[in-house]
Amino acid sequence: MNLGGIRKDVSIELVPEAQVGDYVIVHVGHAIGMIDPEEAERTLALFGEMSAAMAAAEPAP
Amino acid sequence: MNVRDDSKGGTVRAGYVRPLDIRNGRIDMGHGAGGRAAAQLIEEIFLAAFDNPFLRQGNDGASLAIPQGSRLVMATDAHVISPLFFPGGDIGALSVHGTVNDVAMMGATPLWLSASFILEEGFPLADLKRIVQSMAAAAREAGVAVVTGDTKVVEQGKGDGVFISTTGVGVVPHGIDVSGANARPGDVILLSGTVGDHGVAVLSQRESLEFETTIVSDTAALNGLVADMLAVCPAIRTLRDPTRGGVATTLNEIARQSGVGMLLDEAAIPVKPEVDAACELLGLDPLYVANEGKLIAIVPAEHADAALAAMRAHPYGADAVRIGVVQEDAHHFVQMNTRFGGRRVVDWLSGEQLPRIC
Amino acid sequence: MKYIDEFRDGEVARKIADRLAIEARGDRQYSFMEFCGGHTHAISRYGVRELLPVNVRMIHGPGCPVCVLPIGRVDMAIKLALEHEVIVCTYGDTMRVPASDSLSLTKAKARGGDIRMVYSAADALTVARDNPERQVVFFAIGFETTTPPTALAILRAQREGLKNFSVLCCHVLTPSAITHILESPEVRQYGTVPIDGFIGPAHVSIVIGSGPYEHFAEEYRKPVVIAGFEPLDVMQAILMLVRQVNDGRAHVENEFTRAVDRDGNLAAQQKVSEVFELRPSFEWRGLGEVPYSALKIRPAFAEFDAERRFGLGYRPVADNKACECGAILRGVKQPTDCRIFGTVCTPENPVGSCMVSSEGACAAHYAYGRFKDIPVVTA
Repeated sequence: MNLGGIRKDVSIELVPEAQVGDYVIVHVGHAIGMIDPEEAERTLALFGEMSAAMAAAEPAP
Repeated sequence: MNVRDDSKGGTVRAGYVRPLDIRNGRIDMGHGAGGRAAAQLIEEIFLAAFDNPFLRQGNDGASLAIPQGSRLVMATDAHVISPLFFPGGDIGALSVHGTVNDVAMMGATPLWLSASFILEEGFPLADLKRIVQSMAAAAREAGVAVVTGDTKVVEQGKGDGVFISTTGVGVVPHGIDVSGANARPGDVILLSGTVGDHGVAVLSQRESLEFETTIVSDTAALNGLVADMLAVCPAIRTLRDPTRGGVATTLNEIARQSGVGMLLDEAAIPVKPEVDAACELLGLDPLYVANEGKLIAIVPAEHADAALAAMRAHPYGADAVRIGVVQEDAHHFVQMNTRFGGRRVVDWLSGEQLPRIC
Repeated sequence: MKYIDEFRDGEVARKIADRLAIEARGDRQYSFMEFCGGHTHAISRYGVRELLPVNVRMIHGPGCPVCVLPIGRVDMAIKLALEHEVIVCTYGDTMRVPASDSLSLTKAKARGGDIRMVYSAADALTVARDNPERQVVFFAIGFETTTPPTALAILRAQREGLKNFSVLCCHVLTPSAITHILESPEVRQYGTVPIDGFIGPAHVSIVIGSGPYEHFAEEYRKPVVIAGFEPLDVMQAILMLVRQVNDGRAHVENEFTRAVDRDGNLAAQQKVSEVFELRPSFEWRGLGEVPYSALKIRPAFAEFDAERRFGLGYRPVADNKACECGAILRGVKQPTDCRIFGTVCTPENPVGSCMVSSEGACAAHYAYGRFKDIPVVTA
């Protein structure tokens, strides 16, 4: 596992499908889940945006 | 003291003593008993490394001449760090740098050190020699002499390999007054470089953490940097090196001592990306992680630029930055504007964050 | 650091704050409870409170496993170290929890107890392997995130035939605690608090998925938004909750889609159910007895159960009378409402568990928010 240049051994017993290059979330020395890069991008893009309903209701700027 | 005869030829003179077996030898109770074994240890390891006119006199103390027009400054530090050797340094270098820096932070020129060793029975002589040579090198680079010392041995299990205590004496000319009580509202807070390097370097060696990193300890003697700063800005109010407890603790100490508050700018505080990552991994805040080669300077606002320039011109201050200001505050809070847009208090450390890293 | 720095961006924070200012209706209060130590910490460390509208209030729920650990359980661990000469291994914050007789694990260590801080359950196994003549007990605390690693440790101990390793299991379950808060018979004693919605925990949800929260939303008509543990995640989740409240909706929404799905980590859940089973009841500090809220080791792994191996009985111990941890954990009171906050009870000298862990409501407020209680004159 590599975080910003720091390398450490962690267990992937709980995330057996993890491959080199995947991003995982680590807790007490174990990977407990993987990060989905597409969902991450989608989440970032939605931060602070109007909800779909509101955007539809608002008049165009 | 016994004198060895290194003469070539067949016969061994009476009184010949076999040199210490550095490679395989270990400290035993005899080395602390004050007899021949102790004397030999001192001569072959300590005197050989520190050699100077004071030590050559062979007395239990050193007689020192004080320059006219100066006051004495004295500081002491004990070093109980574990592990003894870490990326970028060892307990020996630390014990010299730490005390040299404490003296320098008073605005004084460090001149003389004493070094006291408590050795654990069974400690390898090879490690001791390595540590002492490291101390000697550090002392030479800093321009100080180790003029007196002491050695004791404790039974196995009662020490951590070696504990070192150093006391430093320096001189400060009249008129220079650098103290933690001098900070005033409006003063500018400067930091000489990146924070958290030493702590992270040491932790990477700790069992059960074991992470790979290129981070090395920043341990260094800062008296040269301080001298350059004082030359340009004799009105420096406060100097302090943020060791155990990190920048956060040091600033809180000064705030309390001076009866002021502070406001920091998180975005201005330099942290190496790997140190950031290591702290993230370990759940630490770099503001609380120890440094051994950095200093905080509090200077009157009108002198801040000049002081900063002097710092940046020195190798140990190349990354110096302005990190905040001193302000009025009856509660002596050190506050910080976070990168995120909020404000928080940077409080005293609660409990022990890291076991014995200085 | 990828997937970390982007979720701490100050400009985006500003953007969400602006949205909140527009959408939070001025004619009402919004009170949201978070029960994830990571969220408590993020809110404090990044100063999220300051970016919220004044009528949006965050309540710290029982999200810190150290904080809900009752005195009686710590006493068991101390007893193991001091009376049974066991090497007790545990996570860092557990060491400082104040227990009976003015002891804590740290103080018991100073009295000669062999108590060691470890960073993972696997480290405790290493201690057991390295000390075959001594008994080693792993004092296992934590919510659903920390439980799978403990399960793995027990499974490995069984595979290796380790004879000197056992676990003092104090793992607790999040959903039960939330239900308990919402419908406890003691509500009369502490006072009920209007909670408009919940921020679902980050790490726990990775393991259990978003499914388990659906019945809160339905039965209690309270929206739940699962959030990641970075400050932007928390702010966005608050925005999503405000929207649900405004719309009169009560659903489970997931802000943390990059790591959480409905089912969670099935591999982890399978390991846990292999090794552990439900306790009919378990005392939570500040909440009293909570049914089906904690785990114990299954009979098949009895040899690794420290309670069985050492014949330990549980003795409940009451909290200090002045301590308001109970009310604070339920979100009924704030740290500043506690008589001894900041005076007798400080991080150096914690009286109650909310002050022990940096994720505890009192410790977080003391470290990061105390300055707001007192007006400060700036130069």
